[in-house]
This record gives sequence, structure tokens and C-alpha cells, in this order.
Amino acid sequence: MVLLTMMAVVTIGVVRLRNLFAVVILGGIYSFLMASVMIMLDAVDVAMTEASVGAGISTVLMLGVLHLTKMEEIKPAHTPLLPLFVAVVTAGGLVYGTIDLPPFGDPSGIIHQNVAPYYLQNSITDTSAPNVVTAVLASYRGFDTLGETVVIFTAGIAVLLLLKGRRPLPASGDGKAKSRTRRRRRRK
Amino acid sequence: MKFDTILRVGTKLLLPFILVFGLYVQFHGDYGPGGGFQAGVIAAAMVIFYAITFGLDAAKRAMPPILVETLIGLGVLLYTGVGVVSMLKGGEFLNYSVLEHDPVAGQHIGILLVELGVLITVFATMTAIFYSFAGRGR
Repeated sequence: MVLLTMMAVVTIGVVRLRNLFAVVILGGIYSFLMASVMIMLDAVDVAMTEASVGAGISTVLMLGVLHLTKMEEIKPAHTPLLPLFVAVVTAGGLVYGTIDLPPFGDPSGIIHQNVAPYYLQNSITDTSAPNVVTAVLASYRGFDTLGETVVIFTAGIAVLLLLKGRRPLPASGDGKAKSRTRRRRRRK
Repeated sequence: MKFDTILRVGTKLLLPFILVFGLYVQFHGDYGPGGGFQAGVIAAAMVIFYAITFGLDAAKRAMPPILVETLIGLGVLLYTGVGVVSMLKGGEFLNYSVLEHDPVAGQHIGILLVELGVLITVFATMTAIFYSFAGRGR
């Protein structure tokens, strides 16, 4: 609860601040708080990924982008009412969706009835890997992980194509390239 | 930052430990938290750290961009290669059990190789993205 409150405070700070450097650092802090929440939920693998990718690499890349742009965010040209409306409606839909979820940690939940018991019981005898997460990711769900790796591969190729052209890109193309990179990175 | 002694010495001291920690996360992924993805990011963080302290050119000398770009594809190739080998040995695509005589040992080797492929691709992609971002605007 304390962590979630701190995350809310950081989010408000990100929205209010106009200094982009502070915003990037706050984003890193947010990722660390998120990683702490993941540890509280016993999802250590996810926490590790969040800490290294969200707080580490993303922050460094955003600082690299800051090096190329200005430090201060310009005032938005339009009113924030429409984005606010979209955000509130989306958040409302998501919260409405959580009402139907089984209680947290409930062993009789639907997702714990399907293949999860099989994985938990047989992963050591099948794969000799004591970490079930690794066994599921690399062996039982090897196709999914292959897909993820190909996604990262594609993202890398796309960034190289966009940013490493032989010809200098026109100035108007810069923002588009950056936002696309950001989006691809977030998808992971 | 090139002439700051504390930063230079501190970076040089830390770099091998970062790499060892990355490899630990990689090869201990069977037993504890971690795996190819996290290890790749940690290894890429090492290169980025080096580049921040010693400059991009020094980092590019230590880890040439052409090598990085080759590694991006090599990781995926290793991953799919494991799948193809398991097909050639008479199993399904990515069925590691046929890689060795003992299915469990086959699974062990398969997971190790596949995670290595993930490590290579993630490391190379992150480094390549950093290179292309940091190399702009000069």
C-alpha cells in the first residue's frame, strides 16, 4: 500500500513537472517502485526485468534522447480535456474488469486449474530446472519465448533502419522515429 | 568526464563485476530468478556504463557496432537452430527431449542454449539501440 501511494505521488510529479530531466528520473524511480511491488507479489523474475529494463536501460535511452532535444517541455497547444476523458474511461473499464477477477492468491482461480498444476508438479522431473519460471518460459512455452526474441530482433532491426541510415534524415522525421522506438520498447 | 579519476577507476573496478553478475543471472536462471532476457540487459548495461564514462568511441572500439549487429541475428539463429536440430533428430520443433539420449539432459541443454540465444539477441539489440541513439546529434 505504501509502495502504491508512492507510485501515485511519483505519477502526479511526472504529470506536473515541466523539466524533462526530472521526469525521466522520476520514471526510473517509478520503475523501481514497480519492481518492489513485484517482489511483494513474489514475482522475482518480473521484478528483475522491470528493474533492469524499466529503471536501467529505458532511463539511459531517455537521457540519450534528452541530449538531442530541449530540457523543458513546451506548453501543450490544446486543452487536456479530451485526453483526460479517454484516460478516465479506459481506467474505469479496467477497474470494472478487475471486479470479475478471482481474489488474489486464490488457489481455486480458473488460471490455476488448467496447466499450472501440471507445470508445478512435473517441471523438475521433466526438465531438471528447479526454477519453474525458467522451465515454463524456455521449455513448455518455448514457442512464445521464440516469438519474444523475434520481437526484440525486429525492434532492433527497425531502430537500426530508422536511426542508422546512410543519408541524414530530414528534421521532421526525428520525432516520429523516437516515438516509434519508445513504443516498441514498451511492448516488451 | 574523461579526466575524472574517481569515475574512471570506479568504472573500471565495477565493469567485471557487472559482467559476472550478468553471467550469473544467465546461468543460474535454472535455479533462481533470472534468465536470458535479464542477463542480456545487464550485459548491455555494462557496455552503456563504459560508453558513458569513457565516451562512445572507446565503447565502439571495445564492442564494434558491426559485431553487435551480427549478434542480433545470431541469437535468433541459435534459438531457431536448436528447434531445427531437434526436428532433425526426430522430435517436434523445439522439443529438447530428443537432443540427448536422456530426455531430462536434453531439456537441460535445450533450455541452456535457448536462453543463450535470448541473451545474445537482447544484449546486442540493447547495445545497438544505445549506439544509434548516442551516435546522433554529433
